[in-house]
Amino acid sequence: MITVDNIHKAFDDNKILKGISTTFEKGKTSLIIGQSGSGKTVFLKCLLGLFKLDQGSIDYGGDNYAYLTIKDQRKLREQMGMVFQGSALFDSMSVEDNVRFPLDMFTNQSLSEKEARVNQVLKRVNLLNAEEKFPSEISGGMQKRVAIARAIVMNPKYLFCDEPNSGLDPRTAILIDNLIKEITEEYQMTTVINTHDMNSVMEIGEKIVFLKEGCKAWEGTKNEIFKTDNQAVTDFVYSSELFKRVRKMYIEDKA
Amino acid sequence: MTHIAAIGQYLIMIKEVFKKPTKWKMMRGLILKEIDQLIYGSMGIVIFVSFFIGGVVTIQTALNLNSPLIPKNLIGFAARQSVILEFAPTFTSIIMAGKVGSFITSSIGSMRVTEQIDALEVMGVNSLNYLVFPKIIALLMYPFVIAIAMYTGIFGGFLAGVLGGFSTAGDFIEGLRIDFEPFHITYAFIKTIVFAFVIATIPSYHGYYMKGGALEVGKASTTAFVWTAVVIIIVNYILTQLLLG
Repeated sequence: MITVDNIHKAFDDNKILKGISTTFEKGKTSLIIGQSGSGKTVFLKCLLGLFKLDQGSIDYGGDNYAYLTIKDQRKLREQMGMVFQGSALFDSMSVEDNVRFPLDMFTNQSLSEKEARVNQVLKRVNLLNAEEKFPSEISGGMQKRVAIARAIVMNPKYLFCDEPNSGLDPRTAILIDNLIKEITEEYQMTTVINTHDMNSVMEIGEKIVFLKEGCKAWEGTKNEIFKTDNQAVTDFVYSSELFKRVRKMYIEDKA
Repeated sequence: MTHIAAIGQYLIMIKEVFKKPTKWKMMRGLILKEIDQLIYGSMGIVIFVSFFIGGVVTIQTALNLNSPLIPKNLIGFAARQSVILEFAPTFTSIIMAGKVGSFITSSIGSMRVTEQIDALEVMGVNSLNYLVFPKIIALLMYPFVIAIAMYTGIFGGFLAGVLGGFSTAGDFIEGLRIDFEPFHITYAFIKTIVFAFVIATIPSYHGYYMKGGALEVGKASTTAFVWTAVVIIIVNYILTQLLLG
């Protein structure tokens, strides 16, 4: 479980995060949503410890990041997996080497043990036939799956995803969303996804935190988001014709 | 003020490079890869440039020695001194700042742009150690490159002097031998080691801390070359004053 308490972050005079507090539970898929520029990416990078907080704290199951030594912070990061928006695969390494990289770095396993683990996670993300290929030789959806495989190969406690389905077609995006949700439940991880894709909200949003101009404007579940009267949320969620119709049908069904 | 902040950030980077080392098994592979890319991959251009620079130095020295009172072996002597003291260590380092330095900045900068460095940090890897340390160690081989540059420079001078009719082979070789100071070789290699560190770290700094996209990677490479060349020239002056002054 991750507990975020009143975090603030500014770059020079530009205040990006203004006192956000929330919790992310183990075994659940939590989503951070909001418009572009609302502070989602900065929030996620604060959760990852890539940005130092100006104020507030983040607690990872008893470990308060701000009070850990650099050595312990790095140890904590070894328990984190991250899927970046652009996948961030090492382009000089094959798919297999990318996935094996954390094992090479942090374990003393034999080569056969590492290969077995790599095959296991690649099988889990349905990518067993692409081990020898390089990131530039595979599709965007496959790159995302490699990134997920690399993120989970060390059995992390925490999984963070920055817009995992951006740039993907709707069908592949749903496959990626569902894969993340299944893996979260299977590995009992605390998963936090940064997105502005409403399909993801509908599919996997067990907890949703809505950010607006660096503040938490709303939080709830995917069912609650359709009932809320919060103007900022409704403006964001029902900005497209499709979702306006969905809401109309939902209200009509209720009636 | 910006430059002072940058120097401070550079020094902090150097400190971080030597912290939390990557596993030796991984590091060994990275060092060998960097030796291949940075050292072995630069041999062609270094040999080519040194050969012709040696030739040009010889011809220009010969053309400026008009007095019959000056012995012809001075051509070989001047070529040796110029190549060993300056052209091989300093001129080659400026070339390397362009070739190797821009490669280092652009490769690290591309990793920054595509979030690969963030990926390393999130995994708990000391990205500075992983990316910069192998380059520093690989460039410890740089004195070997300079030794080859010295040899080819003098050989180029010999061929230009003899084949161009400016000197006889005997005079040139005699010039190479007279008043030889072994410390000059030591001085050249001391400079080379310092330049190697500069070539490995300043471009790494510009790549690692760059912000923006592909266009900024190009700008960072140019800035890295300019600063590496400036630092090499200043360090060259200081070391010459300290070691020979």
